[in-house]
Amino acid sequence: MLIIGAIASALGIAGALAIDWFPKVGSTQADDIDTLFDVLLIASVPIFVLVQSIVLYCVWKFRMRPGDELKDGPPIHGNTALEVIWTTIPALLLVGLCAYAYVVLGDMEEKEPNTMVVNVTGEQFTWTFQYPAENGGKPVRTNQLYLPAGRPVKFNVRSKDVIHDFWVPEFRMKIDAVPGITTEYRITTTRDARSYPVVCAELCGLGHATMRQTAHVLPEAEFETWMQRKRAEAQNT
Amino acid sequence: MTARLRAPGMPRAGLGLALGIALSYAIVLPVRALYGFEPLVDGDAVTIVALLAAPFGFLFGLGAFDYWFYWASGRPTRPEDHSGHGATSWRDYFRVNTDHKVIGIQYTVTSFFFLLVGGALAMLMRAELAQPGMQFVSTDAFNGLFSVHASILIFLFIIPVFAGLANFVLPLMIGAPDMAFPRLNALSYWLLPIAGTMMLLSFLVPGGSFATGWTAYAPLSTDAPLGQLFFTIGVQFAGASSVATALNFLVTIITMRAPGMSFWRMPLLVWANFSTSLLVVIATPFIAASQFFVLLDRALGFNFFVPDRGGDVLMYQHVFWFYSHPAVYIMMLPGFGIISEIISVKARKPIFGYRMMAFSLLAIVVLGFTVWAHHMFVSGMQEWIRVPMMITTAIIAVPTGIKIFSWLATLWRGVLHLDTPMLFALGFLTMFVLGGISGVMLAMIPVVIHVSDTYFIVAHIHYVLFGGSLFTIFAGVYYWFPKMTGRMYDERLGKIHFWITFIGFNLTFGPMHLIGMKGMPRRVADYAEQFAGWNLFISLASFAVGLSTLIFVYNMVASWRGGPRAEANPWRALTLEWQVSSPPPIFNFDQIPTVVGGPYEYGVPGAVHGVFKKPGEVAPAPAGRVATAPKKE
Repeated sequence: MLIIGAIASALGIAGALAIDWFPKVGSTQADDIDTLFDVLLIASVPIFVLVQSIVLYCVWKFRMRPGDELKDGPPIHGNTALEVIWTTIPALLLVGLCAYAYVVLGDMEEKEPNTMVVNVTGEQFTWTFQYPAENGGKPVRTNQLYLPAGRPVKFNVRSKDVIHDFWVPEFRMKIDAVPGITTEYRITTTRDARSYPVVCAELCGLGHATMRQTAHVLPEAEFETWMQRKRAEAQNT
Repeated sequence: MTARLRAPGMPRAGLGLALGIALSYAIVLPVRALYGFEPLVDGDAVTIVALLAAPFGFLFGLGAFDYWFYWASGRPTRPEDHSGHGATSWRDYFRVNTDHKVIGIQYTVTSFFFLLVGGALAMLMRAELAQPGMQFVSTDAFNGLFSVHASILIFLFIIPVFAGLANFVLPLMIGAPDMAFPRLNALSYWLLPIAGTMMLLSFLVPGGSFATGWTAYAPLSTDAPLGQLFFTIGVQFAGASSVATALNFLVTIITMRAPGMSFWRMPLLVWANFSTSLLVVIATPFIAASQFFVLLDRALGFNFFVPDRGGDVLMYQHVFWFYSHPAVYIMMLPGFGIISEIISVKARKPIFGYRMMAFSLLAIVVLGFTVWAHHMFVSGMQEWIRVPMMITTAIIAVPTGIKIFSWLATLWRGVLHLDTPMLFALGFLTMFVLGGISGVMLAMIPVVIHVSDTYFIVAHIHYVLFGGSLFTIFAGVYYWFPKMTGRMYDERLGKIHFWITFIGFNLTFGPMHLIGMKGMPRRVADYAEQFAGWNLFISLASFAVGLSTLIFVYNMVASWRGGPRAEANPWRALTLEWQVSSPPPIFNFDQIPTVVGGPYEYGVPGAVHGVFKKPGEVAPAPAGRVATAPKKE
């Protein structure tokens, strides 16, 4: 029984980890979250396998056979030791997982030096990205998000009308854009230069499903060129 | 005709409805004239008042308040001769009936009607989602479909169907002749069709049905077209029904148990409904409040959720989830009770760890109030509250785990009767574990930040509410069908129903975990090309689930009309409801039973739970000893 359970768990874990669960990794936060999810999978599969194998074993071994119609099982009312075990072990496991998640959360939200700030504003049904002014110039506004690769970024998120949610699945982070307050989160983009979808994740009305834009992560130098050009454009308008 | 319009019943209810609408005009027009509003006749304003006034007119007409009015006005009340008890024809189900067995069936049948409606809405959604791009409906109509789907299935199916099943069996289980407040019970039922009709009528309103999800977050809901109010006010009626029933259950359980039935001799279904009723009574006023805020903002221009006027948008979510998280336990604990009954009877063994089963229910009640903000980890609320809520959310898995493990231990070495109720019970056991596991994952803040508002959430809630609650409801309906109708259902069709549902359910909701993790947001009418394959697969699987429901409906209808007569106790169960005929006598017990032992003493030679003798003739065993005394073999 135990050996079969162990083998089934091992196979289950291998299978669960073999599934390609995640979108591409677009931020260092993504690595943290993906590892945490893998750990949760590893902790969950044995519990799932345990329950399924006991049910299947009972169905196979203890099912009523012809002639047993009027038979009863043994009157077992409980077992204190067993009940203590299945209360404390899950409790310890859960507290352990919470502690790990807490550490991951701290890493993800750590403030990095040299952080670039982007102001994100949601409205029905579009996002606007604003790069704060530098050296007395004018701020730069765009409809597509441009970010330098490998740089910490902080998003200040606001809303003009209803609640939206600023999400780039590849960054793994999201936060609601709430009317009346400014919310925020931080990411550090990875070194790869790629484009990702910007998704509104909170139901915001009839255009919710189409509230999509693009986040372009550019190599540092290319981003600087783009930014220079945009600043010049902003200055001239 | 005048006589029919004077006597309580459907004709007078129609008249009351018309008078309610007329009253709305009579209130709105003078008020608008006094304030000098233009135009004088405003459809929105009249509709909103009518949504409140017309239902009361309907209830007056139906006779739900007759007794109380006679009593309050000092006129002679008609002494309750119980002539209203029982049902001899289908017409008796369409009037105010104070018999808990009739009300139980009214509740159950009404909620299954709404299951079919809610399911049909899901089929429409899956048809639209079978391919990317827009096929059948507009984005606004799609938002309406999932909003009404969720609202109907939560407020008009899962919550009331449990109240319906318990209404029928709970008084029988505790040896009571009826519920404590039969007239309140009848009123609770009649509030339900009102709430459901209101939500469905919203499809006919200019601007379409409410389309802000069942969560109706402000300020989206406070700016929405008129249809939103059909949710806002409909929920008030469903909520009032829920609170009234819960109070009724609490009083019934506390005061009307048969002699000898101590709390520690109550069947776990009774414990489960006791716990659920506590949750309902404490939590439901909060959703009522949240919807009154929306109503006042939307209808009278209050500024509860207008930040420029000092409003607070996040406050809505806190008040809403302070009800709506406990609500998931309101939708699950009665199911736990049903499963405990079925597993013990069908495994022919006492429930393992009876007292811990009861304590874990109470632990869930308490912990259930400490986790609501885990729905708000990405809402922008203050950050420090996240970690304590993560810990309580994870810890609530411990009492739930105790229940799962105790059920497994109950199966161990039993004699398993694998008929339809048991198959659904085992299906619940295996599926609910998955919902629980994804629930623990959803406690972990970093994971939630990525997957909240995605299909991962959709998968989780359906593993909990479909693989969890709905499986227990099917199990319970099959299990008590003989008692409620006096007929046996078709076992073969029941098993076919189980297997198609079980497989179709997993094929439908299993892949949603993956596409959610991959980045598909929920509540969208259209999606990126990369999710097309899985969505087609999910839609096809969901149609199989839809079809399996038709098998269930056919089985229920055909068996009720012409199934073989059921014996009093086809499952050889010990609990009291099986000790009377099927269906039970009109006043439940010709003799009040005396409870002399625990409810699950299977395998104990000569054990009985209740005996039908006069109280003086039997000496009840000391409370609690029999149910839990550990017996070593």
